[in-house]
Amino acid sequence: MLSLNELWFVLVAVLFIGFFFLEGFDFGVGMSTQLLAKSDTQRRVLINSIGPFWDANEVWLLTAGGAMFAAFPNWYATLFSGFYIPLVFLLLALIGRGVAFEFRGKVNDVRWRRVWDGAIFFGSVLPPFLLGVVFACLIQGLPINEEMQMHAGFFDVVNGYTVVGGLTMVMLCLLHGLMFTTLRTVGDLQERARLMARKLLLPVAALFVVFGAMTYFMTDIFEKRGVVLTVLLVLALLAFLLGGYFMNIKRDGWAFGMTGAVIGLLVTSVFVGLFPRVMVSSINSAFDLTIYNAASGPYSLKIMTIVAVTLLPFVLGYQIWSYFVFHKRVHEKEHLEY
Amino acid sequence: MDPVMLARIQFASTTIFHFIFVPLSIGLAFLIAIMETMYVVKGQEVYKKMAKFWGKLFLINFAVGVVTGILQEFQFGMNWSDYSRFVGDVFGAPLAIEALLAFFLESTFIGLWIFGWDRLSKKVHLLSIWLVSFGTLMSAFWILAANSFMQRPVGFEMNNGRAEMNDFFALITNGQLLVEFPHTIFGALATGAFVVAGISAYKLMKKQDLDFFKRSFHIAIVIGLITSILVAVFGHQQAQYLVDTQPMKMAAAESLWETSDDPAPWTVFASIDPDKQENKMELKIPYLLSFLSYSKFSGEVIGMKELQAQYEQQYGPGDYIPPVRTTFWSFRIMVAAGSMMILLGLYGAWLMLRKKVEQAGKWFFKLLLFGISLPFIANTSGWIMTEIGRQPWTVFGLITTENSISPNVSAGSILFSLIMFTAIYAALAAVMAYLFIKVIKKGPYAAEEDDHHANDPFNKEGYNAVS
Repeated sequence: MLSLNELWFVLVAVLFIGFFFLEGFDFGVGMSTQLLAKSDTQRRVLINSIGPFWDANEVWLLTAGGAMFAAFPNWYATLFSGFYIPLVFLLLALIGRGVAFEFRGKVNDVRWRRVWDGAIFFGSVLPPFLLGVVFACLIQGLPINEEMQMHAGFFDVVNGYTVVGGLTMVMLCLLHGLMFTTLRTVGDLQERARLMARKLLLPVAALFVVFGAMTYFMTDIFEKRGVVLTVLLVLALLAFLLGGYFMNIKRDGWAFGMTGAVIGLLVTSVFVGLFPRVMVSSINSAFDLTIYNAASGPYSLKIMTIVAVTLLPFVLGYQIWSYFVFHKRVHEKEHLEY
Repeated sequence: MDPVMLARIQFASTTIFHFIFVPLSIGLAFLIAIMETMYVVKGQEVYKKMAKFWGKLFLINFAVGVVTGILQEFQFGMNWSDYSRFVGDVFGAPLAIEALLAFFLESTFIGLWIFGWDRLSKKVHLLSIWLVSFGTLMSAFWILAANSFMQRPVGFEMNNGRAEMNDFFALITNGQLLVEFPHTIFGALATGAFVVAGISAYKLMKKQDLDFFKRSFHIAIVIGLITSILVAVFGHQQAQYLVDTQPMKMAAAESLWETSDDPAPWTVFASIDPDKQENKMELKIPYLLSFLSYSKFSGEVIGMKELQAQYEQQYGPGDYIPPVRTTFWSFRIMVAAGSMMILLGLYGAWLMLRKKVEQAGKWFFKLLLFGISLPFIANTSGWIMTEIGRQPWTVFGLITTENSISPNVSAGSILFSLIMFTAIYAALAAVMAYLFIKVIKKGPYAAEEDDHHANDPFNKEGYNAVS
């Protein structure tokens, strides 16, 4: 049996995996509005293809944050205060992006749209990059002292390893978003999305392997969980291969599943590598934050478990239903809300 | 600069800004749900138009409320990490439940509502907006449960140097929550109602779409009147609760330095001197403070000096008196704005009953247009009173504001974030005001094509050329 501390570690991990899988594609679609769309109409088709979903997808991040706060207050406190400046940029990006979807189509003016297009693009590139950097930092280790306070300098957060981590996340999201586009659009946009995804597949896989190799040499997680992580890495490469295969035979749904699987496996690896730690101290491993010293008390965890187990099935149920309602492809000639 | 002060300024300004949009979202979601219900029940197209027109304003507002809310959830950890460590065991739970129960519901069903007009059956579509409305109410409940813990901590024990939850039920039946939740919710519903009433009045004054805006006005004024009376009722309940649980806040809100006479008079105006701890000039109404505090015309109210002495014994040396002027005046501004809302609601409802809304004088329409600002003034000043009046505590009696901040975040970092957030919020406010005015000017019957510029297949080439 899992202890409650372990269960909540798994739940936080699941929330982040869900977040990156779901918001990952809408980040990718956000990037595609600049990289793929060739006209304003195509841009709007792309925005409308994620229109009903992006907000609920982002709630996965909020819920992950809330779950950290409730179950591991010290994790929440150390991480959010320690990464103060990156999180300021993350917030600015998410704020700009969120209103841009709503505001963009409200005024028929080229400059107006250009401003919000910029907000959508940067708001879709910056968050996966910053979160990729943060997650890479988590396994690389951070200067956390015996008081659980993190005093990180610029290069503790931004260095070769974390930047590669950030780029990997951005590229995976883009790939994932392109596959989503092949699922939700038709014609020119769909064709070019598939083409771009095919071209990107190998470079992204290479980036992924580089990040994996750097992780092997620059962190301790392979020492701790070498076998499991190797299996996860092999599975991820397999998912890349299968993704490429499905793209070639135009089975877009399966290909989308595979790019999602790669993202899921990557995030899973981070959590597997950390366990039972939640933040690694580069000063002294005695100062590591773990699922025990960072956690809430047993009563609080028990209450939260009951609440989560009761509510999650409903949440998943209606979210899946909403994807079912909007399963039809978005056409250029239909009524576009945004 | 002092990092505590900077963090407080940032928290106050971002929270006040966030809470401009939140009550309006709660109120409009509820009104739109009612309008759409009338459409489904009566089958009249005008109610569908109504849901769509007010829905446009709602969505613009909702977007800003959502994105500014993300910042709120992050800010506890970013700027108040020692607070988060200290109360996370208790305080984190309602926040997580808010996300799980409310945010998912709102965000999923708002998507279904926006994009589902043609894809869902009428009834399922209606259910969507009611679920959004329910989600906004749930969100308010859980965040207020967290806030109520800060006003009156219950359901916890001190353990391992922090507050740990030991009674979840006590947390969600906190007496503070039972008065604070209805007071806030009715305030939010009144906000939506007065915005709809004010805009409708403006349109009636301009003689545009008379039928549409008369019906909108009717719905809004009825809800506006009922809710603004209920706000006052629960405000009174809350004041009585305050005397009991946070007497210092009550005393500060009355600028009551010495313990009052019995019966206690209510101070309408005072010229407050916090340094000398006295009021220079006062205008008082006899008996009224006793009534506000105890619902009867007798009973004394304890003053700040006596409470200060008492708290020094209880909590050790320190200054336990909150900023008196701010607490005193924000309370009065709230009450004044709330009272004006009730008066406007009464007159509007009277006109409605006599079927004379269209013939109302221009002065009344203008007053209602000005009246849009009233609920926002009341909401903001009410929260300023609640939060400033609790100082120097973040959680009353447990942890002070000074001890709550992140020790590892420098003043420079906070100054940077404060500037960035202020800049982006100012831009958002300007854009929102611009879009609101644009939508209102255009009215409910403007051609849909105007919004969806590239939707006309014959016009598409033109737009492609410029993109």
